[in-house]
Amino acid sequence: MHRRCMGRCCLVEPRNDFMHELPVTQAILDTALSAAQQAGAARIVAIDLVIGELSGLVDDSVQFYFDILSQGTLAQGAALRFQRQPARARCLTCGHSYDAAPPLAPFCPACGSVHLQVTGGRQFQLESIEIDDHPTGSAEDSER
Amino acid sequence: MTTLPVVQKILSANDAIAAENRAALDAAGALGVNVMASPGAGKTSLILATTQRLPAGLRLAVIEGDVAGSIDADTMAAAGIPVVQINTGGGCHLDAPMVRSALPHLLPAGVDLLLIENVGNLICTAEFALGAHVNLVVGSTPEGHDKPYKYPGMFAAADVVVLNKADVAAVFDFDLDAFQRGVRMVNPQAPIFVLSCRTGEGLEAWVDWLVAACHAEGRRSIPV
Repeated sequence: MHRRCMGRCCLVEPRNDFMHELPVTQAILDTALSAAQQAGAARIVAIDLVIGELSGLVDDSVQFYFDILSQGTLAQGAALRFQRQPARARCLTCGHSYDAAPPLAPFCPACGSVHLQVTGGRQFQLESIEIDDHPTGSAEDSER
Repeated sequence: MTTLPVVQKILSANDAIAAENRAALDAAGALGVNVMASPGAGKTSLILATTQRLPAGLRLAVIEGDVAGSIDADTMAAAGIPVVQINTGGGCHLDAPMVRSALPHLLPAGVDLLLIENVGNLICTAEFALGAHVNLVVGSTPEGHDKPYKYPGMFAAADVVVLNKADVAAVFDFDLDAFQRGVRMVNPQAPIFVLSCRTGEGLEAWVDWLVAACHAEGRRSIPV
């Protein structure tokens, strides 16, 4: 539903995404569930994520939303394993390469130069999922 | 137990819709600009100051992204600019589906330049592609020259950087060299325009760049 504003602009319907970790977590869950269903998995045991230090994502917040969103799905109870990739920086003066994290130091730790370049740390990827191929309780079911 | 490789960008669903938005903008011949900054940097002021200096005949439209309300959209509408207000209802960024829902309200009337004012936020707005051709990050001197060092992800995502409130730089002991080095550290390419929306200083060079981007044949090669 769109509401007119001053007769000249219109309002697109509000949503309830709150912190950015919520839509990110939903995307993680959707991707993992889709891969698990395609593989015929009974359950997702763990989800491996690669997150760059520059991505602005808080692990605990993702875990918090994940525990809520995954209830009643194949991913309920799955462990989220965050592999944090440091930001990599390189000095344009002396060539020194090093790990960095925000706030980035404005000087090269080796030579003190201010001419630096960040070369990595924006990864934002679901790497793999660990799945259980056998439905829980299937052995009991077959005994009945 | 089996480990299943997936290797998928987490926001690939958003990115797919961003690609649809890009295609819609391209079909309409419109250049999309995602305007990102912290609250109060001067996104709305820059849009208004830019509008006043665009060449006659260049058709501008604006999407306003805010947590709530329509203060900025009312300002745009009062200036006669076609505008759609998106309220995120507490969300801290615009995403591609929100922009997709706004495009049909603007593009059919004919648009050459679509400025999308994102929610004021230097953290996650850069992660959610909207389908715009250009990511613009607006900094301002009262925020301090350390912002590129503290929010490197945002400045890394910029195709162009504007530094607003240059007229009051001295009041805030703003070190322009340190700011520019910080931007260069994460972003060797993006042009940096130093200007003041209040005095008009430096706006001409920025608007020239923007108009050239509107006309550039190669703009479709900028990745989403």
